[in-house]
Amino acid sequence: MNNKFIRGAVGFAAVSAITLSGGMAFAKDAISIAVPSFLTGGAAGPFGIPAMNGAKMVADAINAGKLPAPYNTKGFGGASATIIPLDEGGGATKQVAEYRNLVEKRNVDAIVGYISSGNCQALAPVAEELKQFTIFATCGTPRIFEEAARKYVFRTMGHATADNVAAAMYVKEKYPNLKGYTGINQNYAWGQDSWRDFDLTLKQIMPGSSPSDKTQFPKIFAGQYGSEISAMSLDKAELIHTSFWGGDLEAFIFQGNARGLFKKKIGVFTVGGTAAYRLGKKLPNGLVLGARGPYGILVRDRDSALNQWFVSTYKNLYGTYPSGPAYQYGQAILATKIAYDKAGSDASNEQLADALRGITFESFSTTVAMNLGNGHQAATENGYGITEYDSENGENVVKDVKFYPASCVLPPEGQNSVDWIKGGMKGAKC
Amino acid sequence: MFNDKTAKFLLLAAIVICVGGAFAPNWIVNQFMFGFSRALAILGLMVLWRTGLVSFGHAFYFGLGAYAVAILDSEFGVSDVFLRLLAGAVVAGFAGFLIGFIMRNYRDIFFAMLNTAISMVLFGIVVKTESLGSTDGFAISMSTILGFAPETKYPMFVIIMLVGLTAALLVNFYLKTTFGKLTTAIRDNEIRVEYLGFSVAHAIHLKYTISTILAGGAGALMAMSLGQVDPESMINWTVSGELVFVTILAGPGNVIAPFIGSLVFEILRTYAFELAPQAWQLIMGATFLTIIFFLPGGIWSLIEKLGGKKNER
Repeated sequence: MNNKFIRGAVGFAAVSAITLSGGMAFAKDAISIAVPSFLTGGAAGPFGIPAMNGAKMVADAINAGKLPAPYNTKGFGGASATIIPLDEGGGATKQVAEYRNLVEKRNVDAIVGYISSGNCQALAPVAEELKQFTIFATCGTPRIFEEAARKYVFRTMGHATADNVAAAMYVKEKYPNLKGYTGINQNYAWGQDSWRDFDLTLKQIMPGSSPSDKTQFPKIFAGQYGSEISAMSLDKAELIHTSFWGGDLEAFIFQGNARGLFKKKIGVFTVGGTAAYRLGKKLPNGLVLGARGPYGILVRDRDSALNQWFVSTYKNLYGTYPSGPAYQYGQAILATKIAYDKAGSDASNEQLADALRGITFESFSTTVAMNLGNGHQAATENGYGITEYDSENGENVVKDVKFYPASCVLPPEGQNSVDWIKGGMKGAKC
Repeated sequence: MFNDKTAKFLLLAAIVICVGGAFAPNWIVNQFMFGFSRALAILGLMVLWRTGLVSFGHAFYFGLGAYAVAILDSEFGVSDVFLRLLAGAVVAGFAGFLIGFIMRNYRDIFFAMLNTAISMVLFGIVVKTESLGSTDGFAISMSTILGFAPETKYPMFVIIMLVGLTAALLVNFYLKTTFGKLTTAIRDNEIRVEYLGFSVAHAIHLKYTISTILAGGAGALMAMSLGQVDPESMINWTVSGELVFVTILAGPGNVIAPFIGSLVFEILRTYAFELAPQAWQLIMGATFLTIIFFLPGGIWSLIEKLGGKKNER
């Protein structure tokens, strides 16, 4: 017993020593930014990897002082940043455990990222509890800042309500005689919220059209949509709304294409932007395509110096044009720089939060105003276009691109999205 | 109950860990809380494994325990740690008792897959139901302890240690009773057990129910230590797989093994995540293969070898 106990105690001490050595703090002339995104699983290819690429590219350029003016100063408040990549897979609960590790064990200075709404929803209260400066880059659910006031958590892009309100406005403009519409959305929070916002908005602005009573809600990551495609082909509704993303999006496009679905129906793809560069010729013509804001293919030709730098540098480094997630992560890293430049590289979490709260800044493709959610939630314009294959250059392009200002597609400060739409979108300035 | 080596070691270890926890940094306290919460479920799976049964669906009970806590919190505002734990264990145990009537008739792959099937039904229901939080799940408020709200994690940590200790002692005691000793006997030869005058179906039903109570308790503790539940990390088949993984990693040799195995798993995953964010599953998989090839008795067999003595069963 004694012998065994001593061996056990030695083993325990050894394990503790090894684990402790990993937890040393970083010096302040260099800061560390944890960047979580999907690095494994189905969302990695279309979302996680471009997002990580965008974040790394912008951080490297900031460290080297190579961003175009006015961001051409070196570093984050002078400090050079190390990007710590992190996998976002495995579910919200696992992410909560890893988030605690990031703060309490690895002592990172800032956490910038997250694609999944479920993860953001779960992490916002944890970030507040640990008082950790955190920027959500891509996740969409409006609830994060509508359910509670946040002090340390920010989101530097518009939320999902903007995507679907803008989609409805674009539909009204392009197809004023629309009689009926249906939708195919994944049966989970993101899909349900997206459909609700789109449906409610169309009911407000196009009272002449009505939803199908057979809207489709297949399981998330189902991958097979044969019966849904049959049902929608037979449905009288002329338009199909979908918030599919990642692998499901591409599977649906392939299968719908083979059955001629998009020749018969108008497809509205709120997150379709990521597929534009990946699918090439297989992307049908005539889809209404969104990128969750002014990002990716919708803004490729904007000729501001910042955007031109972003597009050409990304193309040089990674061989493709940047899609939405690359822009969104790049934008969040840029916001981090702005906060550090204002508060100094040794700023506390409170000082960083104060520095970012309520500001307006020029990002790569658009102007970002942190004027919702008590200055923690960004408002940006949102837009849509129609896909067309450019056979001369062998790539997809979008035409008829139209952007709606933030004040048109997002509820005013302090209002809940669903109530705002139901109440007739009062105060919207289009 | 307290006069064997395992029980003495458990008591000593619990005291050492509880005292150590007061001085340990926060993240180590977290690792112990997550690890030892999960260990309860592993303890139950170990009892089944000794009987020759592997369930690939115990995330069902783990998830029931976790969601019982979440729903008690969101619907009824119950925050007491003991009420929450009791609810998780009772809900899961009752479901396990009912489902046990079916499960006790199946063995091998049929037992494993039938459990998976049932767990995926629950997963499907939760994912599709908005009022159950869908894929987003719920946040859970901090637990209170008999009416007082702790400032730090330490009281919760101590409670998890004590619950783990109690469960380990009870299972250790159970395995020494006649009914408990039937575990390995059933694995070796069911017909002989029947001829000895015991009902194999009853014995398996009891062990199954015990394992579901433990899994429910584990889910409840995990939900409370994390402050969040969602179907992907609580009910999905990957969670069942993870539980089996840790059971094999730990080894069936002793009731201490689940606790060591679970803690090793937690630390292993933390470092795999940290060192190889794009390939952490590869590290986990390689570890799993290594254990199966070189340590078929799990980490516990290594400890036995180091100890130089054969442990009493």
